[in-house]
This record gives sequence, structure tokens and C-alpha cells, in this order.
Amino acid sequence: MAEGDAALAMALLAVDPARLGGVTFRGRGGPARDSLIEFLGKALPGQRLFRLPPHIGEDRLSGSLDVAATLRSGRPVHDRGLLAEAAGGLLLLTSAERLSSGKAALIAAAIDTATDSGLLLICDEGGDDENAPPALAERTAFRIDLDGLDGDAAVAIDVAPARALLAHVILPDDILEGLCRTALALGVGSLRPALMAAAAARASAALDQRPLVTLEDAQTAARLVLGPRARHAPATEEAEANEPPPPPPPSSSDDSSDTDRPPTDQEIGEMLLAAVRASLPPGLLAALEAGLRQQAAKPGAGGLAAKAGLKRGRPLGTRPGQPRNGARLALIDTLRAAAPWQPVRRRARPEREGLHIAGTDFRIRRFKPRHETTAIFVVDASRSAAMRRMAEAKGAVELLLADCYVRRDRTALIAFRGSGAELLLPPTRSLQRARKSLADLPGGGGTPLCAGIEQAIAVADQVRRAGGIPLAVFLTDGKANITRAGTPGRAEALADAEAAARALRITGLRALMIDLAESGPGPCRRLAEAMGASYLPLPYADAARISQSVAAAMKSGA
Amino acid sequence: MSARYPFSAIAGQEELKQALLLTAVDPLIGGLLAFGDRGTGKSTAVRALAALLPEIRATSCPYHCDPDSPAAQCPVCRATTTHKIRKIPIPVVDLPLGATEDRVLGALNLERALSHGEKHFEPGLLAQANRGYLYVDEVNLLEDHIVDLLLDVAASGENVVEREGLSIRHPARIVLVGSGNPEEGELRPQLLDRFGLSVEVRTPSQVADWVEIVKRRDAFERDPEGFSAQWEKAEDQTRRRILKARRALHAVVVPDAILARAAELCINLKTDGLRGQLTLMRAARARAAFAGDRQVTEAHLRELAAPALRHRLRRNPLDETGSTARISRAVAEVLGA
Repeated sequence: MAEGDAALAMALLAVDPARLGGVTFRGRGGPARDSLIEFLGKALPGQRLFRLPPHIGEDRLSGSLDVAATLRSGRPVHDRGLLAEAAGGLLLLTSAERLSSGKAALIAAAIDTATDSGLLLICDEGGDDENAPPALAERTAFRIDLDGLDGDAAVAIDVAPARALLAHVILPDDILEGLCRTALALGVGSLRPALMAAAAARASAALDQRPLVTLEDAQTAARLVLGPRARHAPATEEAEANEPPPPPPPSSSDDSSDTDRPPTDQEIGEMLLAAVRASLPPGLLAALEAGLRQQAAKPGAGGLAAKAGLKRGRPLGTRPGQPRNGARLALIDTLRAAAPWQPVRRRARPEREGLHIAGTDFRIRRFKPRHETTAIFVVDASRSAAMRRMAEAKGAVELLLADCYVRRDRTALIAFRGSGAELLLPPTRSLQRARKSLADLPGGGGTPLCAGIEQAIAVADQVRRAGGIPLAVFLTDGKANITRAGTPGRAEALADAEAAARALRITGLRALMIDLAESGPGPCRRLAEAMGASYLPLPYADAARISQSVAAAMKSGA
Repeated sequence: MSARYPFSAIAGQEELKQALLLTAVDPLIGGLLAFGDRGTGKSTAVRALAALLPEIRATSCPYHCDPDSPAAQCPVCRATTTHKIRKIPIPVVDLPLGATEDRVLGALNLERALSHGEKHFEPGLLAQANRGYLYVDEVNLLEDHIVDLLLDVAASGENVVEREGLSIRHPARIVLVGSGNPEEGELRPQLLDRFGLSVEVRTPSQVADWVEIVKRRDAFERDPEGFSAQWEKAEDQTRRRILKARRALHAVVVPDAILARAAELCINLKTDGLRGQLTLMRAARARAAFAGDRQVTEAHLRELAAPALRHRLRRNPLDETGSTARISRAVAEVLGA
């Protein structure tokens, strides 16, 4: 994103914070981010900045009884909760991608119910492939990529006159329609961005001290609000890339805005699209879509799973600790712990009635969380495999998917072909998506088996971290011919694959090798041994039998 | 936002609006599941409906019991005869995704236990939602055991708490409204079946619809009072229609022939259990009452087959034919095209 745009977005936000909601920063925090936030702070005087780390407790967010203070004073002490305290202020979520979806939902609800004073949200994402929770990203109008911005991105703009004018700015219907058309063409699947784009266009006009929204304002809004949300490239793009530009309409789009004939709604839509397209670097859309998909597949990343031991599952007894953030107080054990101390404490504070319970007496319940199995399918989509057994392999995977659905297991799909492996489907419970990505599985190219195995190890590691039990199912003919470095070479490729297989064994990942080779046990058998995997040659197995054996492996793993 | 967006001003989403209205006419239909895209006004619609409904008379207990029907009161209210009556809007309670069992069911009041050594029940979200709506966004991401619990309470109309030495039961007549995006995960089939109606909510694909929605929303945000005043007449009309339908509901006749048709439909679609047929009948009756008809007809069945049955079909998870398409096929077979 250009520097001017970042500063402009901030200025617009300062003009109409209540309706634009906030901003999501992407990339490593640095001087650029700090100066942008500083600018916001200055433009909105009197608003405090609240920092919310991702590990903040749900108690602290929504408020609850402050147990320690209550005990100390002997009367109830309530903690209002940060969201209530922050009303009308700025909320800075650092490392928002680590925020659990439960907490994100709480924050989203607070934004929705905030009174006119508003609650401005600043999400901060760490870069890489992880995104802020969709519920929050959806509520911030702007998304600013910090890479390439340097320290003094923000310039001082006085927004007070614009704020005064804002209520009187008129948004013509044709401009509004153009914005909606653009949002649709870009595949923005929600109405919120369209509303925010309308607000941004208004703010842009107000910032310029104009009482009427013009096409330029709408272009700014489309570029800043709708552009970063594009889910697919506008349909007209390909046509334009392949053909020479279409013959201009009677009055060409350049001068139509300032000559006799006003542009039609359709034309306004086109012009806004062009503005968005110009600001999108090539390849961004694909990356964006990948990012959006990934984030959608990650209910309650990390946070929920890490705390699972205190919330649900089979009871495991109690341990000392504070009954907050969803941990349940074990009342009887707490009383038992407090009982021996009663005479001593009563002597120390004779004026207090009732039981004397101190913070150290608290016992909370522990639970053994239920572990979910995630089946990671690693499918050989190379030419050698694709030519022969792909249909059967797909059939087998489909059967397995149906099984996973019944068992509420999650599935992930990795395909390797050409020069590398690709995670086509991050762990998900959605069968629709698993099916879709399997049907779209591309085929052809070399067999980078080593890359496939390594990718499986990486995904399995993620699954484990999130508290699940991974299980890898390989479907390949074992005819590796691409080395770890991505170069062709059969012998070396096989050696690399075996090394990867041994690495897999060390991680303790449970695996199943389904051999797609046609003639007798090939290299797959050796690989399976190296992995410590069960081996199942497909020539003797129909799809139903594969399904059975995976189901058996899952059961023994769960 | 202080002012609520008027229900009548919601553009599009006819199926969702109708399903909501029917739950208002007959809460026994049993909840609503709205699956679909983000930002399509699902929660706006629920909130708007509750604001549209007339205020209810309530006792001053935490469960805001109905002073006029002793059978549905909490033990405390049942024991007294002199109630302090107040008027409250129909409650709409949000269930946040991270909510714990304690928060939902209610739990021991720590404050009282600690400072006074008393055993006292702190009512949870279910108590707050009694006689109103409990709205769960992203119900498909909610932990299974919480969903189980919600559906149990919604079906029985009573919350039973047996934990931490407490033994409490209180009325919790709630209409459960769940929403979510199926792309992010699916609900267990056994839970799907427990929702009364289900609607599919899609982002409109026509520019004109988008423009209309954005325009109205924009007008509302700029001048909430003025906008609401503009729609007040339509809101009044809808409110009166609901009240009239509620009174007429018991008088609506469901002929045996229609019941037989509904059964044929369910058999044709191989829905599990009888819940589907019951819901279809109740929804059709509510629809008839809302339309001012005295009798349920095939037209009502035709209209409500999809929302009442689409989530109850035995589903081959790999079958791509949508449930809605299968239902319209069955409707055509049983009722004729």
C-alpha cells in the first residue's frame, strides 16, 4: 500500500471513527505503525489507548468478581472489564491473529453495542500467513500492509472541520450504486464493507471540505475499503488483459465525468473497479484468498485449546489456582483447604464474620480434554500417479472423508506434484470444502515425495500444538524423482524421501502408506518401514478396504 | 446503538424474516437455524423482531416470570400471590462463543458465598433469556456440550442446575436462534434436527438489492429517530398482525387430509423421527394464522416444507444435490407441481 494511502486511511478514520470501525495492520510493527497510531491519538483527542494482548483473560475483557480483592476487603469487589472501561476509546489488539474466536466474539459484540461514542479497533497482525479473527477484521474498514512503509507515513491533518461537515455531506445515489456494484464485482461476500465504503466516501468528501461526494471520493473508498477485501479478481480483468482495451463508449470514460453527460451507474462501477485494480499488485488476490481460506478454517486457534484442560472433558481432580477465565471453582476442595486455618484466621481478624477464606485456598477443577483426530491426506498428484490410479485414490479419499464426517474428525489435504508440496486444505471439519479441494486437485508433473512428507510433518506439528492427534495417510506410487532441493534425479530423490520418512518416524506421527504402484511392492514398502507406517498396497485394496484400514488406524490412535 | 433498526425496513431475506415471524406467532415451533454468509443481517433481524414485539408483563424475579400463567413461574413467584409487576421488552440475549457452562446455566454466586458464606444461585444467560430469544452467532463453532445443553433447555422450557451443591430449576422458555457459516464447520446432524426451522441466508447477488440495503442502513445510521419514525406505521401493522395471529392460532384447523400430505412428504424425504412432521404442521398453522386463514392448506405446506425439513434430511455427505432441491422435488411429487 502506498504511503499516502495509509495516511489517508488514518485521516478518514479520524473523521468518522464510529462508522469506519478501525484498521487492521498487517506486518511487523515498527515506526510506521507507531506514527500512524500516534496520528490517530492526536486526531481524536481525549481518547485513551487500551492495549489488549491476545492472552488477555475473558474475565478481564467482560468483567467479573475480583476474587482476591473481595477476600481482602470482605465485601464484593467487581472488575468492570476492559471493554466497558474502553468505551469510546481506542482498542489496540496486538498480535490479533493469536486471539481466540471466543474473545474475538466478545470484542465484536462490544463494538456492535457501543454507544455513539464508538469503540475504535486497531488489529495488529504479525505478518506471515496468519490473520486476525474474521469477526474483527470484518469490522475494521481499512487494512494496511506495513511492509514498505517507513517511519513518517502519517502527516498531520486537522480533521476537526471535516468532522463538523460530515453530517451534511450528501452521497448521490449513482455513486452509492457504483460502490455496491464494485463490491459485488470483487466478490466481497458481505454487506458491511459496502456500508463502510459509503462511509469512507463521505469522510473523504468531508476531509476535502466538499458537501457532495464525487467520483474521486468513491474511488478512494473503493481502493482503501473494498480493494483489500477482494476475493476474486473482477471478471472483466482477463478480458482486458487479453484483448486491446475495448472501444471507448461514445464519450470516453476520461472526460465523461466533467462533460455534458454524467456517467451512468454502470460506468461509475467500472471506474471504481479500475481504481481498485490499479492498487492491487499482481498475485495479491491469490495470496489473499489463500489467507482468507486459512483463517476461516481455524476455529479458536491456540487460545481455546491451550485452556481446554481447565474447561471441558473428563474430570481429572483439582489443583490450586484462581477461579477465573472459565476455570471452575471446586468448592468442597476449597473449603477443605481453608478449614484447618479457621481458628488462626479468626484470631487474626475477629471482627469478620463467616468463613475466612484466602486466595491460597482456592482449588479449581481440571479436566482431561477430548482430543480430536485430524487425518492429513498426502496425495501424490504427479504424472506417474495421476495417469494410473488417481481416480481410485480420489475415491478412497472420498470414502474416508465420509467416515471423518461421521466421526467428527478433521481433515487436511496436502498434494505434491511438480517441484513441491502444497497444503490444499488446512485442517477443517467442513466436508464441503474438503470435497471441493479434492475435486479440484490438479495432476501432472514430477514426484517430489520428500516435500510431501516434510509438509505432512509440519502440518502434523501444527495439529499437535492445537491439542489434536494427527494421522497421516499417504497415497503415492513412491516413484520419487524430485529431490529435496527441487531438482530432478531419481536416486537422490528417493534417498531424500527416505530421510524424510525417518524424520517422520522420530516425530512419532502415526502414518498409513497406501501404495498406488501397479507392479508389486515398490519403494513405498521401504518408505513405510522407514516411517513406521502401516502399509497397504492398492492393487489388493478397493476404496472400501482403504477406508476400513484408516478407520482402524484412527481408532487405535484416538 | 440506542435505536434499533426497524424490522420492516430490512430489505430482502424474505425467508429469514418469515421464519422469525412464525416463531413469534408460535414459539413452540422451536427455534431457528440461519446458515449463511457473514454480514447479511441475521442478528439485525433477530434484534429488530424482538424490538417490534410488544412489551411483556413480568414479575420482578431474575427470570421475569409471566404473572398471568402460574404454571410457567419460578418457585419463588409461585409461592407469592402479590407480584410487583413491571413491563419489559422481550429479552434478546447474545450467547458469546467463549461462554462457559457456568455462564449459560448459572452457577454458585461466588460473591455471596465468599463474603457472607451463603449458598446463592447466580442466574445465567438462560435465565436472562426466559420468555425471549437466545441468539447464538456461529453456533457451529460452539462447543458441542454447550449446544447440547441449550437444545435440551429449549425443548423442555426449564433449566435444571445440579452442581456445586445447588439444586435449582427455573423456567427457561426460550426461542433459540442459531446462525453460522457452514464453510467454517458443520453442526452435528443430531443437533440440526432439534432446531425447528432452518433457513439459508445468502448475500444478495443483485446490485439493486445491495443498493437498497446500503441506502436504508445509511439513512438509519445518519438519523435513527427519523428513519424509525418513517417505518413506524409498517412496524405497527406487523405487530398487530402478529398479535392477531397469536389469538387466532388455536382456532386454525389442520384437516386430516393435510396431515396425511405432510406425512407423505416426510416419508418421501425419509426424514428421521416425527419432529419434522410436527414442526411442519405447527409452522404451517402459524403461517395460516398469520395470513388470516382459518384452515391450513396445501399452499402453506408447500411454502414451509423447505424451512421445516431441509435440515432433517438424511444426508449422504458427498451428495452434492442441495437439500432445498431435494425438497422441491419431493413437494412436486407429493403435492403436484
